[in-house]
Amino acid sequence: MKHVDSSKSRSRTVINESGIEIKPLYAAADVAASGGDGMIGLPGQYPFTRGIHSLMYRKQPWTMRQYTGFGNPTDTNKRFHYLIANGQTGLNVAFDLPTQCGMDSDDPQAEGEVGRVGMAVDTLRDFEIAFDGVDLERITVSLTINGAAAILIAMYLAMAEKRGYDISKLRGTAQNDILKEFIGRGTWVYPVEPSIRLVGDTIEYCAQHAPKYSPVSVCGYHIRESGADPAQEIAYAFCIAKAYADDVIRRGLAIDEFAGRLSFNFNCFGNIFEQVAKFRAGRSLWAKIMKDQYGATEPGSMWMRMIAGGGGGGLTFEQPEMNIVRGAYYALICALAGTQTMALCCYDEAYTIPSEYAQRISLRTMQLLIEEMGLADTVDPLGGSYYVETLTNQMRSRMETIMTEVEAQGGIVTLVSDGSIQAGVSRQAYEHQREIEEGTFRKVGVNCYRTDEKTPEMEFHPYKGEDARAQVQALGRVRAERDAVRVQQALARVQSDARSTARPNLMPAIMEAVKAYASVGEITGVLVGVFGRYREPRGL
Amino acid sequence: MSAGRKIKVVLAKPGLDGHDQGAKVVARALMDAGFEVIYTGLRQTPEAIARLAREENADVIALSSMAGSHLPICRKLKPLLEQAGLGDKLWIIGGNLPAQDHTALRALGFKGVFPSSSRLEDIVHFIRTNLP
Repeated sequence: MKHVDSSKSRSRTVINESGIEIKPLYAAADVAASGGDGMIGLPGQYPFTRGIHSLMYRKQPWTMRQYTGFGNPTDTNKRFHYLIANGQTGLNVAFDLPTQCGMDSDDPQAEGEVGRVGMAVDTLRDFEIAFDGVDLERITVSLTINGAAAILIAMYLAMAEKRGYDISKLRGTAQNDILKEFIGRGTWVYPVEPSIRLVGDTIEYCAQHAPKYSPVSVCGYHIRESGADPAQEIAYAFCIAKAYADDVIRRGLAIDEFAGRLSFNFNCFGNIFEQVAKFRAGRSLWAKIMKDQYGATEPGSMWMRMIAGGGGGGLTFEQPEMNIVRGAYYALICALAGTQTMALCCYDEAYTIPSEYAQRISLRTMQLLIEEMGLADTVDPLGGSYYVETLTNQMRSRMETIMTEVEAQGGIVTLVSDGSIQAGVSRQAYEHQREIEEGTFRKVGVNCYRTDEKTPEMEFHPYKGEDARAQVQALGRVRAERDAVRVQQALARVQSDARSTARPNLMPAIMEAVKAYASVGEITGVLVGVFGRYREPRGL
Repeated sequence: MSAGRKIKVVLAKPGLDGHDQGAKVVARALMDAGFEVIYTGLRQTPEAIARLAREENADVIALSSMAGSHLPICRKLKPLLEQAGLGDKLWIIGGNLPAQDHTALRALGFKGVFPSSSRLEDIVHFIRTNLP
């Protein structure tokens, strides 16, 4: 939030990060003047500003799903069981960079990166180990995977099927939002066009075979981390979600056949009221888009279901224990805003993979809001606040303006392909950093209230080279034991389906390959052979 | 360095790490400070970085690493930069670099080590005062 001294009025001008001027006081007249007639409504009813369900947390608190994964599947399985034993109600899986980039653990480019920032996965065997003993009906699993998403979704479904679950009833989520990877995060593999096709393939396949599974979680989160303001975060994410929906509709599916399983992943660092208004505004805007532009009739198709709670960009390296406090406020924001799932960044996350201790603090932070603070008792507790309702209307209007601008400039796919969005958010990130260094944008511990006192020792997550070597050996064993002919046939089918001008859905062929224990790198390699690799636009 | 020529920085993202927000912010700050910056984009191999730095005749080789693989990457890059005749250039690295690794990074020849939270002006100042 920018504070500009105004000598005339002797009071500060306050402009929020989305560029909206904030008044010292709000009254009923402000709500009326901010537009948005009929946009408040009731929770569980169109336009869902106040929540997608009528009773929200009174019926069931948000799912708690800390982001976890490191080393090999055995290491990660232990952490999963630790979190579940401590009351976590979902899993949110972190994969290492080779897996995210579609490489096997024995790929020369993977050296030094296997199991470092997440769990290494090469074949179906790794999923069998990672989820061993996890009740997949009680604990819903979210896979944070994008470039290799089609393969890992196939692995998850195949693993569940093998364990006897009926995949037509299986719930879970994959991130699978490749367009934002081109803006931030960077785990792309193929060029833009075939990347979108693969997202469409997973949505279509799940709509037909795993209708309870959420194949995509469209992320404003990383766009915000890359420098977007809160209104842009939502607006760009909605443009991306529309691009996926358009791809699926072109295949002949009706909006209500798949829109109910689209979900979102948003950031939440920043000003409490701007953030709460952002989510309320986004919820009503998405409902409006689905109803008016896509003709959705099922309420579920209009729901902006989301995971929120992370806000890495707001956490600081300085005085890291203050990140526990920030995390608690972020959790409060998301509870006030009616999120479906929450995952908090841990206080040590600016430094390292979170320790069990830091994970437990995050989990307890959420449990405390539910058990002690009354956040699960009443739906949309800020609803009706003159300030929040006015800001909700203003934020919605900002988001609509940004979406219109994107359309006028050729649409999100064009603007991501040519690097315009990347350049825009990166320029903003630079300006923001300058404001922090100049002290015009205040960050406690960074440009004010600094201290030279030593902060408590941080426990660094050790990287174990032997775990990576064990993973490479395990992959070798799977390669030796599997039916090589079946693998070759399955990979040949992936290739011919990818080449076919009829553009069949690639998921059935990928499912076959995964069940034959073909590896992430092998399947990706075949697809790269057909589609090629993405090349970043030059420059910043 | 010849007079009148801008200080040339090759700023690289080595390894598979996709976090480029910080690298791009630093690139803009260096350009604003009057340096010429060649930003490589993501997923550069040590070989590709050494090749580009030689082709561009860079004064500064700057790395950005956010995903923890800085030590193995710098160990691979050091001999390649030396073979490319870039041993006398200024090597710097920024990103998520735990304090316990700073000595090792300096010993590998990365004279400037800028962990997350470093100020942009400090990076600019360091380059200006440490160029050979």
